[in-house]
Amino acid sequence: MPMDAITPADELHHEDDHKIGFIQRWFFSTNHKDIGTLYLIAAIIFGLVGTFLSGLIRMELAAPEIGPLTHFVLWGVEGATQAEKIEAAKHFYNTVITYHGLIMIFFMVMPALIGGFGNWFVPIMIGAPDMAFPRMNNISFWLLPAAFLLAVVSMLVPGGPSGNGFGGGWVLYPPLSSTTGHPGPSMDLLILSLHIAGISSILGAINFIVTILNMRAPGMTIHKMPLFVWAMLITAFLLVLSLPVLAGALTMLLTDRNFGTTFFDPAGGGDPIMFQHLFWFFGHPEVYIMILPAFGIVSHIVSTFSKKPVFGYLGMAYAMASIGFIGFIVWAHHMYTVGMNVDLKAYFVAATMIIAVPTGIKIFSWIATMWGGSIEFKVPMLWAIGFIFLFTVGGVTGVVLANAGVDHALHDTYYVVAHFHYVLSLGAVFALFAGWFYWYEKMFGIKYNGFLAGIQFWLMFIGANVVFFPQHFLGLQGMPRRYIDYADGFVLWNQVSSFGYLFILASLFFFFAVVIESVVRRRKADANPWGEYATTLEWTLPSPPPFHQFNELPKVK
Amino acid sequence: MAHAEVKHDYHLVNPSPWPLLASIGLFVLAIGAVTFMKGLATEVTGDEISLFGYLGNTFFTEGKIWIMLLGFLIIAWVMFGWWGDVIKESRAGDHTPVVQIGLRYGMILFIASEVMFFVAWFWSFFELAIFHGARAGGTWDSANPLYENLSAWANWPPPGVETFDPFHLPLINTLILLLSGTTVTWAHHAIQHGDREGTRNGLVITVLLGFIFSLLQAYEYSTAGFSFSGSLYGASFFMATGFHGAHVIIGTIFLFVCLLRILGGGMSAKKHIGFEAAAWYWHFVDVVWLFLFAFVYVTPKLVLGH
Repeated sequence: MPMDAITPADELHHEDDHKIGFIQRWFFSTNHKDIGTLYLIAAIIFGLVGTFLSGLIRMELAAPEIGPLTHFVLWGVEGATQAEKIEAAKHFYNTVITYHGLIMIFFMVMPALIGGFGNWFVPIMIGAPDMAFPRMNNISFWLLPAAFLLAVVSMLVPGGPSGNGFGGGWVLYPPLSSTTGHPGPSMDLLILSLHIAGISSILGAINFIVTILNMRAPGMTIHKMPLFVWAMLITAFLLVLSLPVLAGALTMLLTDRNFGTTFFDPAGGGDPIMFQHLFWFFGHPEVYIMILPAFGIVSHIVSTFSKKPVFGYLGMAYAMASIGFIGFIVWAHHMYTVGMNVDLKAYFVAATMIIAVPTGIKIFSWIATMWGGSIEFKVPMLWAIGFIFLFTVGGVTGVVLANAGVDHALHDTYYVVAHFHYVLSLGAVFALFAGWFYWYEKMFGIKYNGFLAGIQFWLMFIGANVVFFPQHFLGLQGMPRRYIDYADGFVLWNQVSSFGYLFILASLFFFFAVVIESVVRRRKADANPWGEYATTLEWTLPSPPPFHQFNELPKVK
Repeated sequence: MAHAEVKHDYHLVNPSPWPLLASIGLFVLAIGAVTFMKGLATEVTGDEISLFGYLGNTFFTEGKIWIMLLGFLIIAWVMFGWWGDVIKESRAGDHTPVVQIGLRYGMILFIASEVMFFVAWFWSFFELAIFHGARAGGTWDSANPLYENLSAWANWPPPGVETFDPFHLPLINTLILLLSGTTVTWAHHAIQHGDREGTRNGLVITVLLGFIFSLLQAYEYSTAGFSFSGSLYGASFFMATGFHGAHVIIGTIFLFVCLLRILGGGMSAKKHIGFEAAAWYWHFVDVVWLFLFAFVYVTPKLVLGH
């Protein structure tokens, strides 16, 4: 209806899937499965960029002294001396860690877990034919490449006096992010990039909430919803309530930079710490936004391959809800060292540690699900068990860091880096791969080679641990984050950590090998490869599901 | 499933170009905004050479608004086309009762996110207003270069800032918005009873009141004893009330579009989601104003006794 070129609805429903033009199907899409696929493809591409950046980090830190990164700076500048290159490399290193963090969070984990798997499976799991607002779904996706492009441009245009790009870390604290630190257009582009990524996420979140509240199939009560749907519902609420606050903080930063306000500038009576409060009021829910969908995926996989229903379904659901709620009232534990009042610190320590209770409920319920089950170690289950193991490690170091007294020593050391990579790059990312291999055959209708995929898991499991476990030691020894160089005493564990990166590269090679092998061989997938304990509705559909599923709504008993 | 009959009431939307175009528009807008504020090419002065040659100097240097304008135009076009499609689909009967419920949920959630956006402004306003003393006190070393700025923190509002008398124009504006809240409710009840003339009258008055509010607010801004830049109070004041003002303008346009649709014979006693959403939005704007009035205008005056 909007344009003459577009097929009217009635015709579309009666046509074969393949008759929709390529442009209409992939650029003008209003189909949740196609949009989910687009999200997954985008997340893989953006994720490779983020992985490349982390490769630069590990390459530089493989040995003390500033070396490898000097080859990446001052291109086209004739007669640049080694000393100048070293100076430029310092800023370049900081931009690399900044964009690595932002890209992995906003353009890899969130699009894959929420946009990709959420789009694909939330409607199917609740027995709905599509999302509530299929067209708005597409803008949520298309804003992401725009935001990503802005971030890339931001990396290439002048940032501060020391070079291109913004090098102040993903947390964007002023004065590094104000004109004092980075006067160039780079930071402004980054602010607008995050604004657009934020709009994308808010619209997506509204879509998920409305879909889940309004489009459940007959008989699918809230307390019968699959746990992944629960996870997405809570995640979506966190997004709707936290992202606008970040938008406000970023807008204040923008006017501080361009229109002479002094919200975060002490010289004008403003308060840089206020930015940290606003940022972390968003930033802390953000870490749960990344991990809750992972919880959902892992619950399904553990249940499926233990051949038991998930232990304590309601407890699992409400544990996620309470994690989401408490996530909003612990933000200042990221800021213990800013000179905070000690009573306030006591509160944030207590509130933070309370999160360990619902998180413990989840971990123990997964273990109880496996307990006494006849466990099948298929590829998704390997990733899920890897997730439980490594997320627990990250969770335990989180409890350590929750103590303000301990955090005064560990703040901004590699211990923190190790902690959040255990919960994210070994937690969320493992769940992401778990979901990928759990649903791959369902989504694309072809079987993958479990042996190759198993090799990928073991390489990644070894690699990620070799990269990040030594960083606990480095942090406890006092090695600070966000520096291009380090004292000679930190050599050994940095070398080990960089060595681990090679395993991860090899594992990614196998990841693509699995995909290519499956595409070349094209073995037709079954509707349900996992057996009777894969109980959610997607397994009742053929693989891949029809273009529009559930033209007649399923009845849930 | 191909050839299968659709036996549900959900709305499966046709493929649409608007999302992609909106994304392109926002990208252009963002690049344009940064060009306007900072410039993305250096001017041909001295030995510096523009990144994009002549084109770069025309479009990419600081202060040039053309790219930003293009972005605005694309976005405006998308809004026109997209919501136009929504109206067409509604008339075609795609908005079944269950879809209508979804649209309502969607609007409520959108307003919830807007509320959180204003939380950021109130947060900064309260922090700057309440804790100025904490920042000014303490153990400042007189050798600290920031020491001289303590006067900027010692009082709130800072010295030299002449705040508005809340019981002058702001009170009138409060009454205007509260009145517009009742007239929009009048219009709503009228349309529920099929009284199109009453709806029209109620909406016309509401839109007019919204317009008058914006005019008075603009006049008040022009007489302000402080500025947006260089004054922390001014910055928090104009950010909070300015974003509210922007929402008033959006809400007025929203209601005006509903008025045009009703004059054109659209909407019915049973089905008027667009109008309902506009009314909710209007009430939200109204409530935000009450908070602004109470905390930004009245409280500083009462508590600080200026």
